Amino acid sequence: MNKLAKLFVTFISAITLALVSFTSSFAKVEGEYIVLGSAISLTGKYSSNGVHTQNGYNMAVDRINKMGGVEVQGKKYKFEIIYYDDESNPKRAAQLAERLIKQDGVHYMLGPYSSGLTKAIAPVTEKYKIPMVEANGASRSLFTKGYKYLFAVLSPANQYLEVAIDLAVEKNGGKGVKIAQAFEQDAFSQDVRLGILDAAKRTGSEIIIDDKLPKELNDMAATLAKVKAVKPDVLVVSGHTKGALTAIRQISEMKVDVPMLAMTHCDAAKLSKQHGKKSEFALCASQWHKNLSYKDKFFGSGKKYAKDFQKEFGYDPPYQSAESSAALLVFKDAFERANSFDRDAVRDALVDTEMQTFYGNIKFGPGGQNVAKPMILFQVRCKGDDCENRVVAPTKWASDKFYHPIPKWSERS
Amino acid sequence: MDFLIFKAPMLMVQASLDGILLGILFALIAYGMALQWGVMNIINIAQGDLVILGGYIAYTIYLWGIHPAWGVIISPIIMFFVGWGLYKLVINKVVDRDLFISILATFGIAIVFQQLMNFIFGADVVVAQSEYGTTMLFDNSVTLPNSKIFSAFISVLYAFALVIYMKKSRLGRAIRATAQNARAAKILGVDTEKVYAATFGINAALCGIAGALISITLTLHPYVGLPYTVRSFMIVIVAGLGNLPAVAVSGMGLGLFEEFADYILGTEFRIGAVFLLLVLILVYRRFKLSKKREYLK
Repeated sequence: MNKLAKLFVTFISAITLALVSFTSSFAKVEGEYIVLGSAISLTGKYSSNGVHTQNGYNMAVDRINKMGGVEVQGKKYKFEIIYYDDESNPKRAAQLAERLIKQDGVHYMLGPYSSGLTKAIAPVTEKYKIPMVEANGASRSLFTKGYKYLFAVLSPANQYLEVAIDLAVEKNGGKGVKIAQAFEQDAFSQDVRLGILDAAKRTGSEIIIDDKLPKELNDMAATLAKVKAVKPDVLVVSGHTKGALTAIRQISEMKVDVPMLAMTHCDAAKLSKQHGKKSEFALCASQWHKNLSYKDKFFGSGKKYAKDFQKEFGYDPPYQSAESSAALLVFKDAFERANSFDRDAVRDALVDTEMQTFYGNIKFGPGGQNVAKPMILFQVRCKGDDCENRVVAPTKWASDKFYHPIPKWSERS
Repeated sequence: MDFLIFKAPMLMVQASLDGILLGILFALIAYGMALQWGVMNIINIAQGDLVILGGYIAYTIYLWGIHPAWGVIISPIIMFFVGWGLYKLVINKVVDRDLFISILATFGIAIVFQQLMNFIFGADVVVAQSEYGTTMLFDNSVTLPNSKIFSAFISVLYAFALVIYMKKSRLGRAIRATAQNARAAKILGVDTEKVYAATFGINAALCGIAGALISITLTLHPYVGLPYTVRSFMIVIVAGLGNLPAVAVSGMGLGLFEEFADYILGTEFRIGAVFLLLVLILVYRRFKLSKKREYLK
């Protein structure tokens, strides 16, 4: 009798287990909800950009749901996102991706913040054949590994500052220029560097300073002293927000005169706000700017997006939020074209994506990167103590003329 | 590109001055570390995070519209009590245990501080503006930010004040007595518990000053504390405990070495070179010690 009882208990628990796993494997679409999953940095060193990313996702989910949702096989569905905090830690992000897929039964993923974390998650989504649309991993190495389920709405890192070199060459009458560059030793900045190397080769430019800044470093005085000594035509700096802030602080303090200064992460660093007039004339690479003339029916234009975002979250949207919102638009479009919840059908639909969003045109290359959208450059310009970012390149969207060369410090008030 | 520094002699002047000015600031942090290491036998992994917290205090008053230089007075006062509280809360439980326990405890404090600063001040990199301008030497070929000169000056000032305090004041003498022999000091009526708390408080105050200076010369971020811990650790290792002139010289020496390593070996080896130097010094010290032991035999 005892044996029978044991057998019965085992049987019941087996059935319960089977039921649980059965329901969770269908959790990708629950009732009228399409469930997406995302590990995101809500604490730790990426937390501010992590929150920008999450706000971008949430804004798009609300908007799409409000405007009728996603129509698949004649039925309307709404988006819902399960978030986990990855603590800005790649290992944790990979674990959470696994948990989202295996325990929560998520079949479609949204990317985390930063190249490093995307790199940690991509092998997991690839293993389980889960389509992931990501908006914040730009490192070139993400797109050379042959991932089939990874799609990025943003331009790869090597394109960030190539435009700047082209611009410098153009100002130099088509002749090659002398480039001084300082890049932090991390995956993203080194990819930006590779882009500059390509551009230098293409334009016949010469790289006369090529400093690689250690991650722990927050002092660029030595690099800048060298720059002062050799007088390059353009100085390129990329080291996330820390690099941008350190560069402007020390360039202004050491009175380093360069005709052109190109950087990344100016808007994330709130450069014009923190350094004011000292940051004037700095040229910054950006994925997006609200003044661009792209349009879609969900958010209207970039300007309208910025206004709505401001109303909802109380601050001007950085490009990290805009690109995150765009990721949801891509998913909606893919679901409707696939007209199915089959992962591979959705994946195939993603491959064929060709659309315009308020954030820019989106079309995925063979590696999954967005090939339809150019990077833009803006320049910090000031009126009195009031500084703002104005788009100067590419010329199609430029609202202002590129100011060149930067006046010498002795001539600046 | 290599050895540009030898082609342009002015670069050598620039590098030396940059190195020395920064080195003095590091020496101040290292002095705090040496003090509490000597007195309490604790290696404080949270040293750098105390520095950054001090910086955030200066940054906060800057946001209130007060000039951040006032941070060098306000920040150490607040940080002294932070240090005191930290001692009463955590450090007094590990102070007479072995070194490993104290390293673990302060490592834990470091993590808590980082997360708290991230929570309170956000994960963005921030700077405070001193608007002190620039000193130009040799026909504008050598430029020194006045903020760096200011920070070196303040560091020296505080270091001297502390030396005098340690020599003359009652508490200073009690601290030195405890460092020499805690048990003997206790027998002679020194309240070592209080001395320990004060020492930890003074160390935190020194970190507060350094942090305020860093907020106007470099950048602040909740997670950049560790490099300051590592640098001050190295300076103390080189200089030995309880020897202020040696700490100052070793701080400036490391600053200089770092700048020159940047020019000669390349920026990417700058920090690597410093670590290599540390290894060489440790090996050399061991070598010297082993010789001594043989001689004693």
